[in-house]
Amino acid sequence: MDFLRPTSWAEALEAKAAHPGAVPIAGGTDVMVELNFDRHRPEALLDLNQVTELQQWAEDGTRIRLGAGVTYTRIIEELGDPLPGLAMASRTVGSPQIRNRGTVAGNLGAASPAGDAHPPLLATGAEIRVASTRGTRTLRAEDFYTGVKRNALEPDELIEAVVLEKAKGPQQFAKIGTRNAMVISVAAFAIALDPEAGTVGTGIGSAAPTPRRARDAETFLAGELAAHGLWETRGAIPDSLTREFGERVRRAASPIDDVRGTAAYRLHSLAVMARRTLGWAWADLQNDQRKAS
Amino acid sequence: MRITTTVNGDRQDVDDVWEGESLLYVLRERMGLPGSKNACEQGECGSCTVYLDGTPVCACLVAAGQAQGRDVVTVEGLAPDTGQHDDLHPVQQAFLECGAVQCGFCTPGLLVASHDLLRRNPHPSDPEIREALAGNLCRCTGYEKILDAVRVAADKLDGAPA
Ligand SMILES: Cc1cc2nc3c(=O)[nH]c(=O)nc-3n(C[C@H](O)[C@H](O)[C@H](O)COP(=O)(O)OP(=O)(O)OC[C@H]3O[C@@H](n4cnc5c(N)ncnc54)[C@H](O)[C@@H]3O)c2cc1C
Ligand code: FES
Ligand code: FES
Repeated sequence: MDFLRPTSWAEALEAKAAHPGAVPIAGGTDVMVELNFDRHRPEALLDLNQVTELQQWAEDGTRIRLGAGVTYTRIIEELGDPLPGLAMASRTVGSPQIRNRGTVAGNLGAASPAGDAHPPLLATGAEIRVASTRGTRTLRAEDFYTGVKRNALEPDELIEAVVLEKAKGPQQFAKIGTRNAMVISVAAFAIALDPEAGTVGTGIGSAAPTPRRARDAETFLAGELAAHGLWETRGAIPDSLTREFGERVRRAASPIDDVRGTAAYRLHSLAVMARRTLGWAWADLQNDQRKAS
Repeated sequence: MRITTTVNGDRQDVDDVWEGESLLYVLRERMGLPGSKNACEQGECGSCTVYLDGTPVCACLVAAGQAQGRDVVTVEGLAPDTGQHDDLHPVQQAFLECGAVQCGFCTPGLLVASHDLLRRNPHPSDPEIREALAGNLCRCTGYEKILDAVRVAADKLDGAPA
């Protein structure tokens, strides 16, 4: 086995092109478990820790460009304001030790349907920048997940960054698990509201072969909020509307029974999480208005 | 491959490291530092917690090659080195005094995690202690004595009577 240690992004891309079978390793919190249990013996490991370009995030106008190597701990500590949904989800990942090493790019690389970063990435319309020596391309998060633990990366490509709009309104995240720490989600849900544009974003985790959006629920809710003039008045959302939103989120999922939970429970919990996160997000919006006036 | 790291302040060179092994394996089996424990090898239990460049991590999830050129501190390096065999850091003293150690398997990781917490937050609330230690499992104590020990360690480090 080889251990490749590029120290620049250009070197990393060259190494990946030369060794398409090399497994990139960032925080190692997925990769090392596989190695320790001898489930997988790749021809080489490609360590990305020394690639300084990847360890940074930067503001780019209305967006944040999150380098592939930025850890969950740093997202929580440094990006809670511009990226509240992703920061909330990051807080629920594993334990402090895991958050000190784990990265969003690693979550994307692993592409588990249960990855906690995915719902907020979907809800906020995040883009994934991937690169190879052939060039760079940008994918929408929803186009990145292609199957259970499969993603759209070509063998010679690496994830460079995740690009997210700075929050334009409230964002919320909820996750069902057996306890507060160290749980793989049984089901998860993220919501992002953009009151200016009058749009709603959603992301469902652990309840389909891939993380996915609940498109129909998004357009339904955005349309009804507009029809009731609620984006302007920020008045209370009628119960019937919240309920229907939850139903439509539930219908967007196609979960399975597994050791963590039954499909029926996942569907039920998704409808509940959709209603609750909408309630919290709407209360945030109302509070903003109160503060502003 | 050859790995060079600084461990508890000393430079360590080790040869013939397999590319796929963990920092935990290197520490325990190649450097003769068995303080960090191997209980799960999957990041779940925290008994292998060490500082990597000042950040607590699970040594079982760091590839050996990722530690190249970096600074590692294990439980063996927490106490000030005064040449006495029984030198203990106040966090270690507190664990002993409070009965926070039974079989001791979880202890090295809990010591590093508690040490880190008190460094960042000298007066943690109970929820903050629980949150900071959420990645460290103990199958013996029921955690109450561990929480006591962290509170006592906070007082000791504060110079206040424990
Ligand atoms: C104890 C424990 C608890 C956990 N709890 C959670 C949890 O609550 N929620 C959750 O979502 N996950 C959890 N995980 C899984 C894991 O921590 C996350 O998936 C994390 O985001 C992985 O990031 P990493 O940097 O450690 O990835 P790594 O293990 O380094 O890599 C993961 C995958 O991504 C690829 N990869 C990494 N970086 C790149 C890149 N730049 N370009 C291309 N491919 C890349 C790797 O080749 C690999 O396939 C847990 C893991 C452990 C061990
Ligand atoms: S041995 Fe590393 S976390 Fe359990
Ligand atoms: S003292 Fe035995 S596991 Fe904690």
